[in-house]
Amino acid sequence: MYTFSSKLKTFSLILMVLGAVGIGIGFWSAPKTTEEVEKILSEDTHGHHAQVAHDAHDTHAVHAEDVHHDDAHKEHVEHVLHQLQNKPWSAFYVACIFFMLISVGVLAFYAIQYAAQAGWSPILFRVMEGITSYLLPGSIIFFIVLVLSGMHMNHMFTWMGEGVTDPTSEHYDKLIAGKSGYLNVTAFLIRAAIYLVIWNLYRYFSRRNSIAQDSSEDNSYHKKNFKLSATFLVLFLVTESMMSWDWIMSLDPHWYSTLFGWYVFASFFVSGITAIAMITIYLKSKGYLEQVNTSHIHDLAKFMFGISIFWTYLWFSQFMLIWYSDIPEEVTYFVTRIENYNLPFFGMLVMNFVFPLLILINTDFKRLSWIIVLAGSVILFGHYIDFYNMIMPATVGDQWFIGVPEIGAIAFFLGLFIFVVFTALTKAPLVSKGNPLMEESKHFHY
Amino acid sequence: MSNKVIHAIYNDDDVLMDAVKKTRAAHHHIEEVYTPFPVHGLDKAMGLAPTRIAIASFLYGLTGLAIYTALINYIMINDWPQDIGGKPSFAFYQNMPAFVPIMFEGTVFFAAHLMVITFYMRSKLWPFKQAENPDVRTTDDHFLMEVGVHNNEEELVSFFKETGAVEVKVIEKH
Repeated sequence: MYTFSSKLKTFSLILMVLGAVGIGIGFWSAPKTTEEVEKILSEDTHGHHAQVAHDAHDTHAVHAEDVHHDDAHKEHVEHVLHQLQNKPWSAFYVACIFFMLISVGVLAFYAIQYAAQAGWSPILFRVMEGITSYLLPGSIIFFIVLVLSGMHMNHMFTWMGEGVTDPTSEHYDKLIAGKSGYLNVTAFLIRAAIYLVIWNLYRYFSRRNSIAQDSSEDNSYHKKNFKLSATFLVLFLVTESMMSWDWIMSLDPHWYSTLFGWYVFASFFVSGITAIAMITIYLKSKGYLEQVNTSHIHDLAKFMFGISIFWTYLWFSQFMLIWYSDIPEEVTYFVTRIENYNLPFFGMLVMNFVFPLLILINTDFKRLSWIIVLAGSVILFGHYIDFYNMIMPATVGDQWFIGVPEIGAIAFFLGLFIFVVFTALTKAPLVSKGNPLMEESKHFHY
Repeated sequence: MSNKVIHAIYNDDDVLMDAVKKTRAAHHHIEEVYTPFPVHGLDKAMGLAPTRIAIASFLYGLTGLAIYTALINYIMINDWPQDIGGKPSFAFYQNMPAFVPIMFEGTVFFAAHLMVITFYMRSKLWPFKQAENPDVRTTDDHFLMEVGVHNNEEELVSFFKETGAVEVKVIEKH
């Protein structure tokens, strides 16, 4: 049995407290009125102004030229006010969805290992179950954020704005109105609840069967889990795709991409595998997983390497197809990102592709714990930036900055993640007895 | 100097593995082992050095990447920077996404083919090569270990008989 070291517990609590303070500062310091925005803008350099009015939200930008200068200025200030008010919300949202999706990625990996009857991984199942325990608290917080967005507490989802579907309103947006059959708050929340319930139910029952298998005479619970995993994987692929449209793509409601769901999947799948590898290495270094050998680590590292490249393949496929054809309605997505998010946009490519490619290609390196921890840290940070790039340009535009609200949100959710995951790891033996493939897994050697 | 060798023939890969370990422990130098299929762990038991073909392949890949990058940069950017469908041919990086499929395939092509050719050269394999098969059964269901004889013929024969060999032959090699 694993005991949660008091040091790590204190560390996670400190992270949560500091993170909560950071989140609080973010909300407190966000401007409330247009006057405050005027002040912030006048502190900025000029020339910056005109550019802002043009990019970002296509709905507003059209006006800039013909309307009277004062009107344009007023509209611009209001636009920036919304962006700055979105900032603490988006910072919270990015960290919240990122950590929740890590546990979803691990859940998918777990289901794949079960359904594929993998012989090497059963020894890591309890670690994976520990990580997926974050899914329940993570999804509750996330769902609350979605409900608050639906209650107009923030302007992250522009399609939720008032009057966008009303032809008589000055905020009327024909494109969004045409999508309102899918993009409306009620359906959005019902769908979100369905996805989260499906994932959490699989997590709950697979964990329960896994524990029950330990004291079982036969393999009935294992077989149940096998069928459950296969069913879950089918449902997961559907819900995952729709989840990515709802929670991420709908932030840019004028834009759409067909392979977006897989792209999001690859991003959190590799993060999940990395989390498994890093927590396994941590537990092993503390002497809790004696039978985990370098071959298990090697296999995880191969997955990290392979899925990193898979992510890059999807990133590039999405980028290159849109860049090549350069259709105005699609390409704005990348134009805003390259213009306003140049460093994060290309920096994540280095962190998520070039670095893992060069460091994890070597077989000997894939067996060294410190290499895995180093590569894993870079990959996890890189995929946080990936989610940041997917979400922030739509909500805060060029007003982005990785400051107190962002780091605070990361710290808070990291602390919560560590706390929940390591608490769950103490609840059951780290090596299950009943799994029929366990003996093979213990002697796995590559 | 005699060029006699012992051919110890086995019909089970487990027995062969044990025999290889015993032979190594007795400090007899194994010239060669012939098997009908890859025996997992045999190279380790024989103490063979790990292959470096993956390193060679990585370098070939880099070569391919460099060649294809230089090629397309010369053709599309330097030699005749035409406007083809509005693609920006002003600098390499501006039109790079369009070149990536070529650069990728070039890397894989070089890494794969040069590695295979390296393998053929290092293992001395070519179409009209004379097969070096000491016993036809080794391609079907028998395993053969070849050990050089240095005036210790009788000792070696009895040693290999004890390792479970189904047949031990002393052969004059040319």
